[in-house]
Amino acid sequence: MARLSPLEWPVLRQLRSGDSLGRGPAVTSPTTRAVRPRNATADRVVQSICPYCAVGCGQLVYVKDEKVIDIEGDPNSPISRGRLCPKGSASEQLVNAPGRQKQVLYRAPKAKDWQHLDLDTAIDMIADRFIESRRNGWQELDDQGRKLRRTMGIASLGGATLDNEENYLIKKLFTAAGAIQIENQARI
Amino acid sequence: MANADCIVLQGGNMAEAHPVGFQWVSEAKARGARVIHVDPRFTRTGAIADRHIAIRAGSDVVLLGALINHVLSNDLWFKEYVLAYTNAATLVSEDFRDTEELGGLFSGFDPATGQYDLQSWAYAEAGGDGGVGSPSGQAGEHGSSKSDRAAGDEHGSGGPSLEHAEVLRDETLQDPRTVFQVLKRHYARYTPQMVQELCGISEDDFTYLADSITQNSGRDRTTVFGYATGWTQHTLGAQFIRSAAILQLLLGNVGRPGSGIMALRGHASIQGSTDIPTLFNLLPGYLPMPKVGVHDSFEDYLEGIASKRQKGYWTHADAYTISLLKAWWGEHATADNDWCFDYLPRLSGPHGTYQTTVGMLADEVEGYFVLGQNPAVGSANGRQQRLAMSHLKWLVVRDLSLIESATWWKEGPEIDSGELRTEDIDTEVFFMPAATHVEKAGSFTQTQRLLQWRHKALAPPGEAQSELDFFFKLGQRIRAKLADSTDERDRPLLELTWDYPVDGHGDPDPEAVLAEINGRFVSGPDAGKPLSFYGQMATDGSTAGGCWIYTGVYADGVNQAARRVPGGGPSPSQHEWGWAWPADRRILYNRASADPDGKPWSERKKYIWWDEDQGKWVGDDVPDFPEDRAPGARPDPNIGGPEALAGDDPFIMQADGKGWLYAPKGLVDGPLPTHYEPWESPVANSLYPQQQSPTRVVFAREDNLGAPSAGTRGDEVYPYVFTTYRLTEHHTAGGMSRWLPYLSELQPEMFCEISPALAAERGLENNGWATIISPRAAIEAKVLVTDRVKTLTINGRAVHQVGLPYHWGVGTHAVVSGDAANDLVGVALDPNTQIQESKAGSCDIVAGRRPRGQALLDLVADYQRRAGATVDTDNVPRVTDPEAETVTPRPDGEVSGEDGFSRW
Repeated sequence: MARLSPLEWPVLRQLRSGDSLGRGPAVTSPTTRAVRPRNATADRVVQSICPYCAVGCGQLVYVKDEKVIDIEGDPNSPISRGRLCPKGSASEQLVNAPGRQKQVLYRAPKAKDWQHLDLDTAIDMIADRFIESRRNGWQELDDQGRKLRRTMGIASLGGATLDNEENYLIKKLFTAAGAIQIENQARI
Repeated sequence: MANADCIVLQGGNMAEAHPVGFQWVSEAKARGARVIHVDPRFTRTGAIADRHIAIRAGSDVVLLGALINHVLSNDLWFKEYVLAYTNAATLVSEDFRDTEELGGLFSGFDPATGQYDLQSWAYAEAGGDGGVGSPSGQAGEHGSSKSDRAAGDEHGSGGPSLEHAEVLRDETLQDPRTVFQVLKRHYARYTPQMVQELCGISEDDFTYLADSITQNSGRDRTTVFGYATGWTQHTLGAQFIRSAAILQLLLGNVGRPGSGIMALRGHASIQGSTDIPTLFNLLPGYLPMPKVGVHDSFEDYLEGIASKRQKGYWTHADAYTISLLKAWWGEHATADNDWCFDYLPRLSGPHGTYQTTVGMLADEVEGYFVLGQNPAVGSANGRQQRLAMSHLKWLVVRDLSLIESATWWKEGPEIDSGELRTEDIDTEVFFMPAATHVEKAGSFTQTQRLLQWRHKALAPPGEAQSELDFFFKLGQRIRAKLADSTDERDRPLLELTWDYPVDGHGDPDPEAVLAEINGRFVSGPDAGKPLSFYGQMATDGSTAGGCWIYTGVYADGVNQAARRVPGGGPSPSQHEWGWAWPADRRILYNRASADPDGKPWSERKKYIWWDEDQGKWVGDDVPDFPEDRAPGARPDPNIGGPEALAGDDPFIMQADGKGWLYAPKGLVDGPLPTHYEPWESPVANSLYPQQQSPTRVVFAREDNLGAPSAGTRGDEVYPYVFTTYRLTEHHTAGGMSRWLPYLSELQPEMFCEISPALAAERGLENNGWATIISPRAAIEAKVLVTDRVKTLTINGRAVHQVGLPYHWGVGTHAVVSGDAANDLVGVALDPNTQIQESKAGSCDIVAGRRPRGQALLDLVADYQRRAGATVDTDNVPRVTDPEAETVTPRPDGEVSGEDGFSRW
């Protein structure tokens, strides 16, 4: 261990640094002094909103090498003033969760396991099934001959975790297709 | 909330479910506000509160009704506010009969259908004996059609329609037919003694609560209520909230700083997904989905929303609807084809998620999209949900990870019990990986109607994509496949506006979608420019806009939801952060923050006031009122629309401009909140012979049996009350929390909370296992014996409650798994909202783990047999005791229906 300069005596350190109670810089170890915030090296910081409950806390997303390295509360938000709850604080793991599924999976009828499909194939298959089930469940008129112009063959559930713009496209597409059984968590 | 003098948190656990929002409760408390928590459990909310008051789950209307009675009987209501701003003085039709007269039913009940005819609830009509009905002489929309549209949910920011706004009033409130007197009679028997009997709340606690709210209301002070699903998830959930609304109107606590009733909602954009609804009964902006037989023509549809002769902004529903249709079908929507109104599919009844589940079980639904939701764990009666999915031809699950709704065919509880065999299941399952909130740009609408834009931080990994991207491409693909179709039914898809600008990867620009939602001028001198206010929407097709209440969010071509001035800027309303609908108003109905003359009620609660010199409303917020309507203005109500609003009509979306203490329309289960016991309850209703809500929606099926209620055979088999709730460390059905190592470590295991008394009664040990059995399922959980859950004395006997968090599910992909509390919950719904009763049910609890395999099914069946629970017992007559219920003769002496029930 290097010899301490007399100037490094605790009392002198306290006087020198103005840390009169000895709880600040006068007692900080070299290790602590060398510590840098994990987000200090981020390439960019992006303003976002917490995805959990409906309070709408502000988040700052720290990105480095096209990876999220940290998500912190946004002190500028008048709603949250920089605070996040355990879920909001853990949301970096939502992005980087070890169990997150990043590939499309398909389970064929009666199959015991998944197989991979590429994205384009999957969308194409879903479009085919959408069109077919829409036709199969089509109801043009009710029993009194009044116009229904709808399909009961397709249903959808979910939306409260999605964006307004996404809900808008979902409702627009399904309604134009005549699908009415569209629901989300607001009913639960 | 920070501006309130008293905060009552009831039907929720804000400190744990909304911890960061709760800082404003703490802030108010630090400044001297009183905080009271009313909840079955003592939680961190109760710990911070000045007092926690334990209540039996499902009995809140008794407590709130008694508070209303207390305020009325002791003359504690806010006289100037109530007289000027509410319908207290309005006269109700002579045909109306209250629950006090009919043993717990209102007039108009039809026991055969279980629905009300709402006609007798109407306001009295000048010079006649009828009531102010619906527009175009539809003579009071019939109960059945109202219910089928889940009507309560349709009137988002406004009330239901009235034929006109010329109502009869008695400003002295002495006429027995005034709303005020009706209210007094209705709640006369909701006394502190009744509260003690049914809620288990002592008279001392009641007095403390009553004094706290009344002493903190009036000109100088305000009280706020905060609630969550502890109020909504009941067979009379909407009425829980209505009773708080009545109380707050009587105390003058609406439209003012630190006042109101705050819905503490649980998903980032659950408000947004109601405003721009992925819901069956609504179009964007709370316009109803058209219904067959009611809305067959465009004219009928518009008349059904609002009469041109009523007051307020709903009279412009034609402009909002036409602008929506122009946004969706562009040039194809013309005046000649009623703006493509017939491209909209028609409803014929409730098509809610539980009706759809039944449709799946009947093999009527072939395909199902599950989008960021986990019904296998999160919906009531999980077994029914999972079995329903096994009937599908195809299922698309879009989520971040392999949630239980994607894996039930492989490792669900029914595979273990032997009810399903993987190799027999024909359902095709597509799992589509989703983007997280940081991997896409877009807006969330939080619980106070505030839209906040998220910027995109980075691209989604692998094949993950946003819902925006997926649905845009799915729509493109479907349209391409149908491009050559000449089939009439494909035209709405082919003529749909679906040409959003895309980036280099073909992904649509979310701001372009926001701009479409906001709306623009289609023709005229400003063609192409964004609209800045919904008042600009026109009926001649010259404007397009996807959601009228969001108009202004893209004013001047600027994304107002992305505003991020630190702290929201200097104004007390913090206007420069995000954008609130409608028209960036932060407190709704804020005209009521000033007295009838337009002056602030007090210096302390000053917010919006009339400036005589400028001739307009000014203050700290955007006035939620016609800007230049003087307080003394008294236009002829018959001119209709916003122009007919008097200077003291703060409730600008209501058909008469007033706050409704009594709801002549809009609710299908009664114009006034009335206490009924839950669908399943070990307690008899001491207030009325009628045990349960007569209009509750039930599904009498083998897979959804109900427990016998108090006083019927077998009621001892499921003797305890269970309720469900959230924990701080988890989110709903766990899809966004059980895959996160941190959160899973913090709350690893399913548990139940019980009182020491129940533990002793059933021999349950802390940290041991318990099996909880309902008529739907049996689940296991670790036992937490705690004083936080109180055993209450109800009607002189001990009632034990079992608390159950509902975040776990059975599967192998999450970091932690466990049995799902929602498997226990039965499907019985509020007829207004079609929301299930998750917050109070009947169960038994025994020591030890649950059996596996067939033995589990045997256990559940054995309980059902002992209780005598069958589809027939579930189909119990809606009216508990016909002798006691129906008081005849009818007032006009007409003979009642053949079955002895009165219909009028």
